[in-house]
Amino acid sequence: MKAIEIVGTEDTPTILLDKEGNKFELAGRSLPEDAAEFYHPVLQWLTEYAANPNPVTELNIKLEYFNTASSKLLLDVLHKVEALKGVKIIWYYFSGDDDMQEAGEEFAELIEVPFEFKTY
Amino acid sequence: MKHVYLIHKTMSEHNLILVYEGEFTQEITKSVLSMAERNLDSIGEEQNIKRKVFNVMVECLQNICKHADAMKREEERRAIFMIGKENDAYEITSGNYILNANVEGLKSKLDQINGLDKEGLKVLYKELIKNSELSEKGGAGLGFVDIARKSGQKLDFDFEPVNDENSFFSFKTKIIRSNEN
Repeated sequence: MKAIEIVGTEDTPTILLDKEGNKFELAGRSLPEDAAEFYHPVLQWLTEYAANPNPVTELNIKLEYFNTASSKLLLDVLHKVEALKGVKIIWYYFSGDDDMQEAGEEFAELIEVPFEFKTY
Repeated sequence: MKHVYLIHKTMSEHNLILVYEGEFTQEITKSVLSMAERNLDSIGEEQNIKRKVFNVMVECLQNICKHADAMKREEERRAIFMIGKENDAYEITSGNYILNANVEGLKSKLDQINGLDKEGLKVLYKELIKNSELSEKGGAGLGFVDIARKSGQKLDFDFEPVNDENSFFSFKTKIIRSNEN
C-alpha cells in the first residue's frame, strides 16, 4: 500500500501514513478553509488501510493549532481507525497548552479508542 | 491628506497593533496571521496567550471569508479586522456585511452561546462537532463556540442596519493577558 506523505505548510499539517514503515503521524498546523477537501485523501487512505491493517496502529497527533473546520475532520479521521485492533492515539500537546490538552481529552471522550497523552 | 493623520490618530488612540481593511481570502488570512504572529513574538508575548489570540483570529478571519462569499457586490465583500493591545488584554475585532435575512439566526446563536457557562459550552461544542453536517459554511456556529471557550469571555457583538439587504456585523473578543485569566 502506497504511503501518503504530505509536507506541512503554514496552514496545513504534515501527514505521514506509512503501512510498511508502520508510521502514522499528523503534525503542525491545520487551518485550511476547506478542511473536507484537504482531508479527503487521508480519509480515503484510512478506509483502504482499515480493510487490511497492521497488528498495531499508533496514530501520533502532534498539532500546534487546528481550526474548527479541521476539528470535525479530525473526528472523522479518528472514526476511521476506531474499529481497528491494536489502535492507539498518541496525543501530543505543548507543555502548558491547556486548550490542546482539553481538545485531546474531548476527542478521547467522543470515540472508543485508547488515548495516550504526551507533552513536548 | 488629512485622513492619513486621522486614521493614524484613531489607530494609536485605540492601541491598534494591526488593522486590515479590504477583501478577505484564505491568502489574506494567512498573511494577516503571520503578521500578527511576528508582532506577538517581537513583544515576547506568553505562549498560551499567543496561541489563544492566534486561534481566535483564525476563526474570525475564516468567518469573514465565509460571509463575504455570500455578498454580491465588491464593496459588500470588504470587511475590517483589527487587533488592539491594552495592558490587560488583546481585543480582536472584526466587521463585515451580512444579509439581513441572516441577522436573526446569527444573533440567536450568539445569544445562546453567551447564555452558557464553561461546562455548557463544552457540551454544545461536542454536540456540534458530532452532529452538524459537514458543510463549506463550517456549520452551526462551531467557530463562535470555540472563540467563547478559548477566550473565556462573553462574545461582544452588534448589528448595524445598512440598507434593505444588508447589516454590518461587528464582533469583538477579549483575550485577557493576566495570569489569572
